[in-house]
Parts: sequence; C-alpha cells; structure tokens
Amino acid sequence: MSKKELVVSAIKNGTVIDHIPADMLFQVAKTLNLTSCKTQVLLANNLDSEKLGKKGIIKCQDKFFEQDDINKIALMAPTATLITIKDYEIVEKISIGIPNYIEGTVKCFNPKCITNVENVMTKFNVIDKSELKLQCCYCQKITKKDTLSFL
Amino acid sequence: MNLKNRNLISISDYNKEEYLYILKLAEDFEKNPVQDVAKEKVVATLFFEPSTRTRLSFESAANRMGARVIGFSDASNSSTAKGESLADTIRTVSCYADIIVMRHPIEGAARLASEVATVPVINAGDGANQHPTQCMLDLYSIQKTQGSLDNLNIALVGDLKYGRTVHSLVEAMCNFNTTFHLISPDSLKLPSAVKMHIKKRNLTYYQYTEIQEAIDKVDILYMTRVQRERFLDIQDYEKVKNSYILDKSMLKKVKPNMKVLHPLPRVNEIATNVDSMPQAYYFQQAQNGVYVRQALIAAILGLK
Repeated sequence: MSKKELVVSAIKNGTVIDHIPADMLFQVAKTLNLTSCKTQVLLANNLDSEKLGKKGIIKCQDKFFEQDDINKIALMAPTATLITIKDYEIVEKISIGIPNYIEGTVKCFNPKCITNVENVMTKFNVIDKSELKLQCCYCQKITKKDTLSFL
Repeated sequence: MNLKNRNLISISDYNKEEYLYILKLAEDFEKNPVQDVAKEKVVATLFFEPSTRTRLSFESAANRMGARVIGFSDASNSSTAKGESLADTIRTVSCYADIIVMRHPIEGAARLASEVATVPVINAGDGANQHPTQCMLDLYSIQKTQGSLDNLNIALVGDLKYGRTVHSLVEAMCNFNTTFHLISPDSLKLPSAVKMHIKKRNLTYYQYTEIQEAIDKVDILYMTRVQRERFLDIQDYEKVKNSYILDKSMLKKVKPNMKVLHPLPRVNEIATNVDSMPQAYYFQQAQNGVYVRQALIAAILGLK
C-alpha cells in the first residue's frame, strides 16, 4: 500500500504503534492513557494484516513513549511495532518483544504480596512469553494474562 | 564451602551441595550441641506473627551456640504497630544484630528484608510462601532415618495444594532421584507449577486419593493436615476427612525402614496411638530443627 492510500493519515512527528492484535487495540489505547491525550490520536482497527489477519494501529502526534509504557505495550501486544516519526519520515522502527525481566509497570495479582502492602517496586521474571506468565520475585506467585494489571 | 553472609529466603536459594553441607554441619551439632562458637554474636529474631515452635527452635539454637538473642514475638510489640515500614525496621535492626531471623505474615516480606538489610536474613516463614528452614530439617530427618537422600520413595499426604512445606520439600528432593507418591483429595492436588520440578528432572510421581494405596511402598510418609476451611463445600470435606488420618492399624505392612514425618502442629491427622510406634518420627524431627538451625546460623555467620 503506498503512502497515498493510507487508511489512517500520516503524522508529522510522533509515534505509530503498528501490528496491534485487533482485540487488544482499545485496551492498549486505554492503558497508555490516550483517552486524555491532548494531541492528535488516530486509531484504526480490523485492518488487513499478513502477519496477524486483522490488526489495529495507533498514531500519536507529538508523543514519544517511555520504557514503562513500551513494556506495557509489549505485554498487551507483543507483536506490535513501534515506529518513531520525525518530519513525516520513519527515523526508528522497533519490534517490541516481551522482556525477560520487568521492574515496576505490572501489579502483582496476589493481594497478600508485600508489593501490595508496602511501598516496594514490583519485580517479575518472565517465565513464559507465549502464555504470558510473570513470576513475582517477592511472593513467587505467577501473574498471568487474565490477572494482569498495570500500576 | 563458604555460606558466609548468604541469605536463606527460599529453598531454591541454595543448591544440592549447599544442602548437604548444612546437613553435615547439623550432624556435627547433633553430636555436640553445646558449642559456644557464636558467643560474641547477636541474633535478632523478628516474629511479626506468633510462632511457638519455629521461634523457640531458633532461639534454642542461638543460645546453645552462646549467641545473645534480641527481638520480638509479636508485631504489636514492635515499631510496626506505630506504622513504621518493614524496610525501616529491618535497616534499623541491621545496626543491632549480626543476623536476622524473621517471620512475617505477608508473602515476599523476607525477600524485601534481605534487599535492605546489611546483615544476612534467614526466612522463618513468610505467609503461605516459603519456610526454607523447615525444609532443611525435613531433609535432615529423611537423611538421618534412611541413611541417604538418594533414590527414596516419598509419600506426601493431605493438603498438597496449599502446603508450603510440601512444595519446598518436593523442590528440594528433586535433586535426589526421588519417586513421589502424592496422596490428596482431588481438590487439593499438588499444583502443576510444583509438578513441573518433578517433570523437569524426569522423575516419577504417582497420584492417589487414599493413604493405603501407597503406604506399603514408601520410605517416608510425610503427613500434613487437610483443613476444613480449604473446602468450598463442607460436604466434600466430610466425605474425605477420614481418608487422611493415619492410624496405628495402617502401619502393619509398611517397609521396615519407613518413618512418619509431620511439620507440626498436628491436630487429628495422626492418631495418638501412632506416637508410640517405631515409625513415628515427628517429635525427633522437631528436635532436628534445632541442630539444622545451629548449622545455618553458624554457616551464615562464617563460624563453621
């Protein structure tokens, strides 16, 4: 597809999150707090994708994500590509895989974990990337996709 | 082997060689329990929740080595009651003691303590998470009664789902080519995450719902309590509760070397008529706890 046929118009400066699984698009947008973003945010879903079948895409004008947000995207949409745009040109394109270790970002699902009682930063070892299993370094309990929530 | 200044928070913090080293030291303390190797040391026992056996066992161990013991046996006697954070309490106590032994009701508290303490920390139980010194004394008791930890048949009975001592023991015994016999109600089976340790080592396990199905095959019968509160339906509890009570009459055909272990406290899961049988080992097991804790304190303080 050429630039002229873009379904979602191009942004001048900012970030494009491409290859989001279609069922995760709105969750990604909500988790990244894009609902209160003051600059232009373009969302499109159920676009044809060779890689995913159907995909979502988010374009954020003048927004560049910090590592904490990139980790969140990776956990919700490990297939995503993060594209940095400057003056309508792609200056960086990265595939964001799930890291082996996550500090902060994720809340331990165990209410009896010390991280939910004292002011302690959470730490997880990612023990299964495909099924998404994060083992808490403190209580050892495993936070999974269905119990995942962010700090 | 040098374990000086090493924390012991989870049984997986130590490897097989380190377990065996501690057991060897414990054997030495059993032969010669009063050794004042720690007479210039201060051991802090911080019990944020009450625990009779574990605290007294640690304090007995420290006293037999000539160490001074400071601490508290209930969080209401500590600055926690004033709202101090755990991290601050631990940092402060680090200034007063050479080693910290702590029990806390919240899971992961001991790991956090070890991160902020400037002296080594031994976890004496953090909620339902870990209780590694219980596991060490279980290993010692198994080795002592069987002559070795290798190639044994071990039955674990009762609440295998929530019992932290069972989970740690399975993990540790996976180092010794163990065959596991898992006896529990269907609703309290060993979690798959714990079974993974067995599978990773290509070891064998069998699952049963009755003690009698396995009792004659095993070297160790490790009993735990099936608690009523673990059942959603009280009728389910009533149906199974008697299946997990060990009685003298069940010991007729067991192997001659078989011993019954229990982390204590026992309620009714071992009938008192078993106490006088040669297979009953649970009170000696508690006694072994003192030697193992002496060994751990000595090793971690670099005294042995």
